Amino acid sequence: MSRIFLTTETVPDCCRAGRISSLFPLSVFVLLCFAWPGIVNGHVYQAQSAWIPSLGLNLGFRLDGLSFLFCLIITLAGFFVTLFSASYMAGKPNLFSYFFYLHAFMVAMLGIVTADHLLLLFVFWEATTVLSYLLIGFDHENTTARENARQAILVTGAGGLFLLFGILLLKTMGAPMALSQWTQMGMDIREHFLYPFIFLCILVGAMTKSAQVPFHFWLPNAMSAPTPISAFLHAATMVKAGIYLLMRFHPLLGGTSLWMGTLVVVGGITALWGAIQALAPCDLKRVLAYTTLMALGILTLFLGGQTVASLTAAATFLLVHALYKAALFLATGSIDHQCRTRDLRNLGGLFSAMPLTMLAVAAATLSMAGFPLFFGFIGKEIMYEGALSEEMFPGFATLATLFANSLMTAVAGIILLTPFFGTRPPSLGQVHEVPWTMRLGPAVMGGIGVVFGLFPEWVSANLIQPAVFAFHPSREEIRLVFFHGFNLPLLLSMITLTLGSVIYIFRISLRHRIQDVIDRLWITTPRIYQKSLDAFVAGGTWFVRRTQTGMLHTYFAVIMVTVLLIAGWAWIPHMGAALIVPDMAQISIASGICLFILAATGVVLMAKKRLVAIGGLGAVGAGVALIFLMFGAPDIALTQLLVETLTVIIFSLVLLRLPLLRTVRKRSRSRNLFDAGLSICAGILVTSFLMGLLQVPLDRNLTTFFEHYSYVAAHGRNIVNVILVDFRSLDTLGEISVVVLAAWAGVVLIRRQEKE
Amino acid sequence: MEALLAMLVGLITAAAFYLMLSGMLVRFVFGFTLMGNAVNLLIFTAGRLTHSDPPLIEPGQTGLAGPVANALPQALILTAIVIGFAMVTFLLILLYRTHHQTGTLDADQDAFLTEISLSEKGKVS
Amino acid sequence: MQSIILKTATRLMVGLMLVFAVYLLLRGHHEPGGGFVAALVSGTAFALFAITEGPAQLRRAIRVRPSVIAMTGLAVAAAAGFPALFAGMPYLTGIWWKIGEISLGTPLIFDVGVFLAVLGAIVSLLLALEEN
Repeated sequence: MSRIFLTTETVPDCCRAGRISSLFPLSVFVLLCFAWPGIVNGHVYQAQSAWIPSLGLNLGFRLDGLSFLFCLIITLAGFFVTLFSASYMAGKPNLFSYFFYLHAFMVAMLGIVTADHLLLLFVFWEATTVLSYLLIGFDHENTTARENARQAILVTGAGGLFLLFGILLLKTMGAPMALSQWTQMGMDIREHFLYPFIFLCILVGAMTKSAQVPFHFWLPNAMSAPTPISAFLHAATMVKAGIYLLMRFHPLLGGTSLWMGTLVVVGGITALWGAIQALAPCDLKRVLAYTTLMALGILTLFLGGQTVASLTAAATFLLVHALYKAALFLATGSIDHQCRTRDLRNLGGLFSAMPLTMLAVAAATLSMAGFPLFFGFIGKEIMYEGALSEEMFPGFATLATLFANSLMTAVAGIILLTPFFGTRPPSLGQVHEVPWTMRLGPAVMGGIGVVFGLFPEWVSANLIQPAVFAFHPSREEIRLVFFHGFNLPLLLSMITLTLGSVIYIFRISLRHRIQDVIDRLWITTPRIYQKSLDAFVAGGTWFVRRTQTGMLHTYFAVIMVTVLLIAGWAWIPHMGAALIVPDMAQISIASGICLFILAATGVVLMAKKRLVAIGGLGAVGAGVALIFLMFGAPDIALTQLLVETLTVIIFSLVLLRLPLLRTVRKRSRSRNLFDAGLSICAGILVTSFLMGLLQVPLDRNLTTFFEHYSYVAAHGRNIVNVILVDFRSLDTLGEISVVVLAAWAGVVLIRRQEKE
Repeated sequence: MEALLAMLVGLITAAAFYLMLSGMLVRFVFGFTLMGNAVNLLIFTAGRLTHSDPPLIEPGQTGLAGPVANALPQALILTAIVIGFAMVTFLLILLYRTHHQTGTLDADQDAFLTEISLSEKGKVS
Repeated sequence: MQSIILKTATRLMVGLMLVFAVYLLLRGHHEPGGGFVAALVSGTAFALFAITEGPAQLRRAIRVRPSVIAMTGLAVAAAAGFPALFAGMPYLTGIWWKIGEISLGTPLIFDVGVFLAVLGAIVSLLLALEEN
């Protein structure tokens, strides 16, 4: 096995790591296959480990039929995409990050579909949002790529918040957070008055992730991602996460007319709008993006249904679409890689140059168009059956499906015929087939479409039925068959093919018309998005301009007023009781020192000359040191005196190099009065606060502990020092780190100035 | 005695805030230093001033003979003083740098404001 | 500064102060003193020296770079916590050894770390300011 992956064909060495890393999804895929027989028999695999037990949050994972189907798609697409990327991305910078993001995304995606706990699911959900941001904006030197990535993360991130809100609403209602416990729930959430809100939150989460109208616009723009990423994220996996969510919530929230009506309408509109727009662009990748919109709409539409046929249609089309769309995206990557363009107007006649890619594309597009013998045909039959069985708006559902499918058939024709047939434009020059790493993915996935089309009963028994049973209570057997007999779905299929051909013939004029209509739309969500983003930035700028004036005085005054208001709010009612008149009978030396300190403070306040102020500061410090000494604190008295000395030295060193105080312009009188008032209020607050504190009995527990154990346990007679270096040494370690850091920062600042 | 010190703390705080509000950066540092002293005194007073014997155990004994001054606030203040010193020094260096860059130590002057906003703009673009 | 009297007096003073600092450091566990105070005393001594002799002389006299002193101090203080880990106790718990009459313990090593860290910080600031 490893030899196959290590052989170099036409690919440089740097991609070996990428190729080897493709073994990761492959091995997960193989592991999954071991679980297959169990899944078919309805077994659910579970694994649990405690994460945050206090919040009831477990790392719980479970694998049932639905998770299994998704996991197979994710790992299979992941394998081919990684292999494809190894060649496609060869020679690009930051390859390590690329493969890292890719695999991390895969893990997050697997996490979403296997998480048992809703909050765990949400964590993985957000992880895919962030990783898709990194992947869409992978070409981060490109402004457009950055903007598109930002758009994707803003839209899907906002949806993620809705999802979280919905989950929390569920939690407040008392619904179990683990999917595995939903079956034992005693109540019916659908009758709760909060049900519409929960439904809305979950729906918006799913709609943003799965790009439903009106949140669809980020998906076509996300095409600025590298093509294999688009194949993986925007065809096979991430955009399906919203679909997965709807499927999971179907048994809990589904079945109401609100659910059915909303999903059918939203899905139908998305399908139609996506399919119509798919005709407009010339960029092959954008065409694919719009067809993905159509597919996601169809899936949503069928999830609106309640019948087995409708849900089977959703599960089947999920598989059909994942297979053909990933293959087509990868093939588009191949064409882009070899021809340096993916503009439909510049492509043609690649039939002879890239025959193997052409075969893969043919298989995929025929499946997409729903030709008989292909898996897509089976999918289309069941789609019509499902649409006709919808409980809400079956007519609309059928018509939307019919038109969307017809448009899809036409687009399938464009994708197959335009690049590969006709005459090759001279601008293309010499074109070669891609290396095997890039051929394998489209070929295998296209091929699976053919095989599945030939053996539909095997697929329905082994993949579709376990998946549908996982989210639908019905146990009637699901059978996909090759030929249903002559009935309405078959007739609709025929109409689809005919209508598709007609649309294909008029494709060029339709392209211009549709583009025209899109340009003339006066209100579109992308425009609303842009407007609100601009308004947000403008509002932020306005707010910052108003609040961040750059005036030290304003900042400081605002902080002080806020503190005074908050502290005063609680304290002022008690202030009167706290204030006490000092007992003047106790006049001692200490009160003399207090007066001295006060006088020195006055000197600092009034000083016109800097040296006088420094002297005053030194005197204040010395006075404080004397107070410490008088009341039994020789250690801090000594420290205070020494620090005062050093402070004076450093003040003199710095201030001697600075201009004099009197060069400063005078402040207005009102400003001075305001400052004085504010300061006096603060002073009164502090004094009263301290006096109030002194009236509360002192808790000496800690002190007694230190006094008792200072010598017995810590072998020290100086209790203060013992506290510093033994009892509370971790604090001291932190404090000396602060001192060293401050010194370091100061030295760096001065050094930088010297350099300048 | 504690009430007297409480008033002293309040007065020093008021003076410190007044200096810090003045907008002149040198006076701001003066105010900051005063503030440090006021806070240290506040912690010290809050720990009570009842006894004047330092918290030391006599040689030859394993415990205290009589009541002594509260050791806990002293330990807090000791490190606070040193950290306060480091902070004042750092602030002074900032002041020095500011003067070098803006040519003024008056935080209300246009030169100061424009210089600061200019250097911010320079970072953004 | 050019005064010979000041220079001579300073040299004497600096020497005395450094000896005093070491004394304060060593007795700190039992009497007023300790790492912080000792660092401040020696820091003042170096400040005096730098003012009279100039920063270049000070740099030459202490030989080691002040930032190295500060970092060594931090490392020593942090390392003083490890013996407790080996004894199975929480980080920075005091461990004591009795050698004859004198008891030696990790808190004393920690105090030396405090002394070096604060001294290094003060001297590096002083030198940076003086040399500027």
